[in-house]
Parts: sequence; C-alpha cells; structure tokens
Amino acid sequence: MHELYGLLTGPLAWAAFFVFIGGSLYRLATMLILVHKKEKFIFTYMSWKYSFRSIFHWIIPFATTNWKKHPVLTIVTFAFHICLFLTPLFLLAHIVLWDEAWHISWWSLPDSLADMMTLVVVGACVFYLIRRISLPEVQYVTSASDYVILLIVAAPFVTGFIAYHQWLNYPLFLNLHILSGEIMLVAIPFTRLSHMIFSPFTRAYMGSEFGAVRHAKDW
Amino acid sequence: MTEAAKKETPKGLDQGIEVGASSLTGEKIEGVIKSVLDNETGARLKTYVDTCIHCGLCSEACHYYLSHDNDPRYSPVGKVKQTMWEMLRKKGKVSPEFIKKAAVISHTECNLCKRCAMYCPFGIDIAYIMSVVRRIIHRLGVTPLYIQDTAHSHAVTMNQMWVKGDEWPDTLQWQEEEAQDEIPCLRIPLDKEGADIMYSVIAPEPKFQAQLIYQAAVIMDVAGVNWTMPSGIGWDNSDMAMFTGDNELMGRIKRTHYETASRLKVKRIVMGECGHAFRSVYDMGNRWLGWREPPIPIVHAIDFYYELIKSGKIKIAKKYDQPVTLHDPCNVVRGGGLHEKARYVIRAICEELIEMHPNREHNYCCAAGGGVINCGPPYKMTRVHGNKIKAEQLFAAKAKGAKTLVTPCHNCHSGLEDIVHHYEVGLGLKFISDILYEVMEKP
Amino acid sequence: MIDGKAWDWETGQKKIPMSDWRGRFGWVEEPYVSLDGEKVAAIVNTGEEAFNVCVNGDTWERDFDKIWHLRFLPDGCLTALVSDLGEWTVAVDGSPWQNMFGYVWNPLYSRNNGHMAVAVQQDMRYCMALDGKAWNETYANITYFALSGCGTKTAGAVQVVDADSGEIHKFKQGTFSAALQGKAWDTTFVNVWNLTISPDGEHLAAEVRQSLYDYTIAVDGQTWDRVYTCVWEPVFHPTKHHVVAPVRKGGYWMLAQDGEILWDRPFVQLWHQMFSPDGDRIAAVVAPGYGRWTVAIDGLPWKQSFKDMVTDAVFSPNGKRVGALAKEDRSWYVVLDGVPWSNTFDMAWQPVFSPDGEHVAAKIEKNGKFAVALDDHLGPHICDAAWDPIFSPEGDKILLRFIEDNTYYRRVVPVGEFAR
Repeated sequence: MHELYGLLTGPLAWAAFFVFIGGSLYRLATMLILVHKKEKFIFTYMSWKYSFRSIFHWIIPFATTNWKKHPVLTIVTFAFHICLFLTPLFLLAHIVLWDEAWHISWWSLPDSLADMMTLVVVGACVFYLIRRISLPEVQYVTSASDYVILLIVAAPFVTGFIAYHQWLNYPLFLNLHILSGEIMLVAIPFTRLSHMIFSPFTRAYMGSEFGAVRHAKDW
Repeated sequence: MTEAAKKETPKGLDQGIEVGASSLTGEKIEGVIKSVLDNETGARLKTYVDTCIHCGLCSEACHYYLSHDNDPRYSPVGKVKQTMWEMLRKKGKVSPEFIKKAAVISHTECNLCKRCAMYCPFGIDIAYIMSVVRRIIHRLGVTPLYIQDTAHSHAVTMNQMWVKGDEWPDTLQWQEEEAQDEIPCLRIPLDKEGADIMYSVIAPEPKFQAQLIYQAAVIMDVAGVNWTMPSGIGWDNSDMAMFTGDNELMGRIKRTHYETASRLKVKRIVMGECGHAFRSVYDMGNRWLGWREPPIPIVHAIDFYYELIKSGKIKIAKKYDQPVTLHDPCNVVRGGGLHEKARYVIRAICEELIEMHPNREHNYCCAAGGGVINCGPPYKMTRVHGNKIKAEQLFAAKAKGAKTLVTPCHNCHSGLEDIVHHYEVGLGLKFISDILYEVMEKP
Repeated sequence: MIDGKAWDWETGQKKIPMSDWRGRFGWVEEPYVSLDGEKVAAIVNTGEEAFNVCVNGDTWERDFDKIWHLRFLPDGCLTALVSDLGEWTVAVDGSPWQNMFGYVWNPLYSRNNGHMAVAVQQDMRYCMALDGKAWNETYANITYFALSGCGTKTAGAVQVVDADSGEIHKFKQGTFSAALQGKAWDTTFVNVWNLTISPDGEHLAAEVRQSLYDYTIAVDGQTWDRVYTCVWEPVFHPTKHHVVAPVRKGGYWMLAQDGEILWDRPFVQLWHQMFSPDGDRIAAVVAPGYGRWTVAIDGLPWKQSFKDMVTDAVFSPNGKRVGALAKEDRSWYVVLDGVPWSNTFDMAWQPVFSPDGEHVAAKIEKNGKFAVALDDHLGPHICDAAWDPIFSPEGDKILLRFIEDNTYYRRVVPVGEFAR
C-alpha cells in the first residue's frame, strides 16, 4: 500500500498534472487552430465587451432567465462548481502536500468547512444523478458516458471524505482518493468535462454575436 | 422516457423527401455526411458537440417542446440527438430512413429561431447545428418539396415566387397607378440612380399582397424620401436557399441584391416587414460572400418607420384605437435588436399596446419561420400543433384586452394567421404598415 | 471608348434653363443628359395617364400612356420604354418601334453606338428584341440577358423545357439553356446565369449549374471539363478566344481560364474580373481575407484593403492604371493603383481616366450636393445633379455636365484650370 502511495503521489501525480495541463492546452490550441483554418470569420466577430457581458450574466446566479426558471438547479449548480474548485485548492491536507514537496503554501479552509463543501459536491452529484434519471428531457439525451462523468467527479470527493474521517480502510481510501483525483484531472481535457475549458469560449462567442451583431441579450 | 405525444410525421406525403431518398445508398450518405463534416464545418460544431453536457436546460426554450407537453424529442438537444449526434456517432453510416427523419426534424420541427441559444448556459448554437443537418439534407437531395421549389424559383428568377421579369415592373406600375388615385403625383421611381434609398421586398408582395407595395409607396411619398426600386433582379431580399442549406445559392441571391443596390448608388437599403430576409441580408448571406457586415446598410421597416416618425417626417392623424399586442419576430428582435424601436412605433401609432409574455428577445417563435412554413401544406399541422404555447400566449394577451395582433414579419404573419384560426384565438392580424398607412397624415 | 471627336470641345459654357418645366407639366421626373452634353431630358406628366419627354425644353411629338426608363444612347439618341393602348415598345427620339409587345423591360444599350435591346413578353412567351426586331424563337421564360459590345447580338437564359412550379425533379433534370440571337444551345442545364457574348459577337459564355451542386462555365453549350462548388460571371478575352471566370474550390475563390486555374492564389472572394483593353492584364475585385476588400491585378492584390466593399474597378484606356471605388463605414474612396485619394465622399461614381491615363476624374456626392473631383481636387462646380465627367480625345479638356438652380450647364474646362 505504501509503495502504491508513493507511485500515486509521485510519478502518477506528475503524469496526471501533465496530462491535465498539457491536454487542456492541446485542446485549446487545436480549437483555435481549427477556427483559424476553417472558420476564421469567428475572430472578426469576437468582442471583449460583449464576451464579458455574456459571461458575467451567466456566472452570476439568477442573473439569466433560465437560471431564474430553475432555482433549485441554479443553487445546486453554483454551489457545486464553487465547492468543486475551492475544496481541493484550499484543503489543508492538500496544501501540506504542496508545502512538503515545494515549500509553498497558502491559506486553507477550516477542515469542518471543507467537509461541508465536500458533502455539497457529493450531494450535487446525487442531485444530478436523480435529475438525469427522473427528468424526461434530461434522460432522453443521457448516455452511459454521462453517468461515467458524474462518477469521475464524485469519486475523489466520496473517497476523500471517507479517508478524512478514517472510516473503513484508511490507506485504501486514501489511495483511491488520490487515484480518482488523478483520473478526474486526466479526464477533464478529453471528456465532456472539457466544458471547463471550452465554455468560456462558446459563451463569449455567443455573447459577441448577440451583443455586437444582433444587438440583443443572450440571457 | 415519458409517454410521448405521437408525432404526426407526414409519411410519404412529401415527394421532395420520398423521391430524393429513393435514390440514396449507404455509400452516398456516408460520403456526403463526411464531406460536409470534414470540409464545411470546423471548430464550432466540434466544440459545441464536445461541450454539451446533456443537461436539457435548452428544452424550455423551444415552443415545439412546450407545445408537445414537454416531449423530450422536441427539445433542442433532443433534436440534435436524433440527427447530428447519430451522424457523428455512426460516422455517417446511417440509413435512408434515418435521413428522411432527419429531413423532417431539421426542416419542420426547428425554426432556427435561436431562442435555445439564450437558454443554454454555454451558448451552444443549436440552430447552427440544425443548419448543418439541413446542409447535409440538401447535399443528399432530400429537401422537402415546397421549400426546394422555392429555392429553384430563387435560382431561376432571383425571387422566391417565380415572379417573371415582366411581372415585377408591371406590378409596380400598376400599384403606382392605383396609388395615384389617392395621391396624384405619387411615383414609384424605378432604377433611379443616386437615390438615397433602395426599397426591397419579398416576392409574396408583388404576387399576393401588392397593397403592401402601395402602402410603402404612400409612406415614402408622404415622408418625402428620395427612393427607388429596381426594375430588374435584385429586388427580392428573401432567401429560402439560406434555409435549405444551399449556401452557394444563398450567396448568389444576396450578391444580386447588394450589387443591384450598389449599381443604383443608393446609400441604404430599406426592406419591408420581413424577418428571414433581414437575417439573410444582415447576418447570413453577407458572411458567405465575405462581407463582415452588410456592405450597404440594410434598414428593416421597423427601424425605418421609427426614423420617419421620430424625425417628424410622418405625422399621425389619429391613433389606431383598438388595443394591439405585438409579436416580436425572432429574426429582427433576437436577430437585430429592434424590439424597443418596434414599441416606439406601436405606441406612436396605436392608442394602447398590451404586451404578450414572454416578449422581446424571449418571445416565442411563430413556428413558421426558418423555412418551416415554406415546407408547405404537408407540414401545416406540424407548425400549428407545434405552437400551442403561442396560442396560449395570445389568449393571455387577448384576455388583457388586445384585439389586434401586430406582426412585423411575413412568415410570422402567415404562421400566426394559421394559429389564430386553428385555435380560434380571435385576434385580427396586421403589419405595422397596415396601421401606419391607416393612421398617418396624408395630403 | 466613346468617340467624342466630333463634339464641341471649345472651352466655355452652354446653359439650358429648366426652371419653367415644373410649371408646364404635372410633374417632371429625374433628368438625363446626353453623353456629348448637348441635351437634357426628363419624362414629364402631361395629364391623367399621359406622359411625354421634355428634351431641351421641347416635348416629343406625341404623348404615351406611360413612359419609363429614359436613357440616352452613346450616339445621342434618346430612348424610353413606352406604352400605348396597353401594349409596350421602345421609343427612340419620340418614335416608337414598329413592333408593339405585351411588355418590354430590362433595356440594354450598346457601349459606343446606337443599338438597343430589350426583353420582350408577348402572349406570355418570352424573347428579346434588338432595335425593334424580336427573335424568331420565343420561350416559356427568359431570365438573364446580354448584348454584345458591338451592339449587334443579343442573348438570354431561356427555359426550353416546360416545367411547372413544384416539379422539382423535372427541374433538376435541366430545363434551361442559353440562346444567342434566339437560337438556344442543344444542351440544357439546371440553371444558366450571367451570359456574356464574345467581342466578335460569335460566341456565348455563361455560368451554368449542371445539378444542384455542380457549377461550371459553358461556352457555346460546351461545358468546361471541371466542375466547381460555385462560379461567377465569365468574361471573354478582348482578342483571343479565351474565357476567364472565378471558380470556387475548397471554400476559396480562384480565377480560371478555359477550365484551368489561372490565379492559384485563393481568395475569400473574387469577382468582377476584367481584361485591360489590350487583353494583357486582368484585374478583379477580391477579398484577400474575410471582410477585407481590394483589387488584384494578375493575381496580386493591392497592399491596402478596405472594410466594406470595393466596386467599379476600371482599367485606364492604355491599360497601365486601375481605378476603383472603396467603401469603409459611410465613406467612399476613389482608389488609384491601390492608393486612395485623401478626399472621401458620401458617394462616388466610377473613376474616369484621361486617354493617356494621366488624369482621373469622378463624379462625387458630399453633403447632399454633387461635384466632379479631378486628381483628388474637388471642382468648384458644386451642384444639384451631375453626370460623369468626360475627357476630350486629346485629354487636355474635361466636359462637365451638371444642373444647378434648375439650369442645366454644359461646361468645357481645360484640365489645368479645373480646380480654379
């Protein structure tokens, strides 16, 4: 188990971050090259003003018609994404690892709060799962990969939670936690989790088209 | 999946689809799909498909979905699933039956109204994806008959109604004569080089609604506008080729329109109350030709009336006294931001405007636009049943007192006529120019 | 090139008052001026459904029920489309052609003499008529029209197979062809567009669509060997039997000659190609990038490009220079050999070169008034209406034709004194 831990926190962690960052850059670059090659006109319509006008509306809860139409989903979605990003970044246990390896550290979340935020992420995943199964319009467009993605996202949080509380087999869950976290990092550029990379661009493009060309709102 | 309402796909009624599909082979289908996807699409399609997280949040944007009791097959993403996703997943290896279904979905169950683009958190342009499907359908020769015939009319005559070369100037001269009974010195100046404005219309006007040309001539005359109309091709600003995916023909039609205006040395083109034509000249056709923006400014009738009223060139004698409600056409409101100007005009010419809800950018589409009404009688009920929600919206406006429904767009006008009739909504339909002509001060 | 040798090139001014016209007639339509500047004319209303033409103050001998499309021919004859008792024809200097038709429209004028053609509808059949004589053949429809440069041959895109609207599958088999002097090609196409007749009047070329997807150029009914995703209007070489046309491949436009790529540099757009008078050079309006417009000569675009559009490109008579108009936002530029004039205008007309190409003049509009600009200098004659300036055959004088305060002026000014 200890060797495995060494592997997971050593070479595999390196690999995961490499694939995550390299893969994201690669996806971004290929998208931009493709625009340049085949749809160059898109660049001419991009507008900073309207890109941000659109992005701001959509990253503020209840600032758009559709967010307002789905209050529960909106709250869950914003809570989910905020916790999804902040918890791993500001978890004390993670920062300790950075400190040990690189002697860098930063402000950390109180553990009890991090615990709550983890539950928010897991709870949101359950919410998404139920939504996927029970809402016909979501169920209709759901494929196996959607469940897999949900699992990929939930796994590091579930295992991390179990490991933190030292339930069941701690070393096993610690390793599972690290592994699932690495799987998620690797999956981001190459699954539909890539909406993390692309959505600012699709939003900005639509915002530019609506704002600068169509003189209309897109929210 | 819910017990979905039965889809009334007209089977075997459409000879455009049936005959076209009868000569399809797997090889041909695969070849065309690959060719379109590889050569004609790029980062947009790929990124949209990769980014969509299948959340279904676009569903409630679609009037078809809402009108079919939330049947997921009518949701925007549901329509993508039934068409583009399948083509991508099977790498083009789909059957002729699938293509027939894709033709019906993309051509008659989506108005390309882009309302869903406002509901997708990522701003995924599903109308664009459906346009790519239509492009594939076009390349396979399976386009519905009526709209294909319209495209053929465009190709031959550069207008959408097979109006022949002589019929057009003859109609203008006839309307000029008619209008001279009312205003003796009124002219419809043909081919007047150097006029400020070229006025362009869509072919149903000379074909069936010549009074609209008459009204426009009176408005121009009273406002003292230095205007002209071309006597040859280029007078029709409509473009159904844009909706059949025949992009080359779309470009040809737009080139003809703009070069006619350029030859006449006008500074602006003013167009009648049409939505899709506005989209074609303002946003779509120009791009295919390499014009980032319309090379000659194009002014929609709403904008033009706004200008005439605001500047005092047209004065109102007595406002229209029936309460009206305003339908915001997708292509000029979500597509051109003319909603506040439309309200300014309506308030200037009508005693009372009763808003329907939702409105402005969020208004429900008429279900006729995007070429759907041009697919003809076989799909009339597809549109009418697919827009029950519009009838409910209109009933609500009527309950608040509206008597007249103003629709500054030809397709909206015809589509809403069918809805008003079928659901017995009991609202009268008018273009803005109908009312403006009626209430303006005339000599 | 118009032969102006016989015109009055004495420096000076002639005036034709028009101020009383409005009082004499119900209304006066927009005026037209002959190339030599000696005549000014307008359609006038003389009563209920009665129209005439007023030329230098005198009307034609008789009224017509309707008159439209008044234009001068290069030889000075004044033509219009006229109707009499429900029938239509062309009147030249007041005399109608002997033949009357159901309708006539789309007049075409020869470039440097006195020929004129129109499209004709008679009993719902269609053809063309040249100088009063209609084709022997008539067709179910006629859509695009051409008159040869010499003015002696006409051509049209004609429907040779009857197909009703709605017969989409029959239509796709090809129902259109092109007819030169009324004689249609043996081949049919789905569509035939933008015809052009060779300088000798013997050959006819057109854009054709062989299916809904395959475009090419047909010359005398024979298509080029290759098909393209789109093509634009073909043009004949002035002396050799070559045809060049823009063709679209892989989403870009190139210039092809007789089916072979001539300019291999791809453009976002390429059209309005033209040969220099001697046929040695080709210029075309191009978009080197999306939303950027300029002129390319022999495949090489000018360095400067413009945002909105470029139009009215033209070679100087000696073929050495190229002028064009460019538009950015609401301003029009006159551009010569890639360099815009410093003056901008609300509207500009095609640049006119002196015979040696040294001077360039253009009619322009600014603040609602018209003028002529010469070599980037605005002339002193700001007026209510103006016509294109014309250089004398020696190039030392310029003929100005304009209206100011209801008076028509014909003024001949030495080029050197223009700006004074």
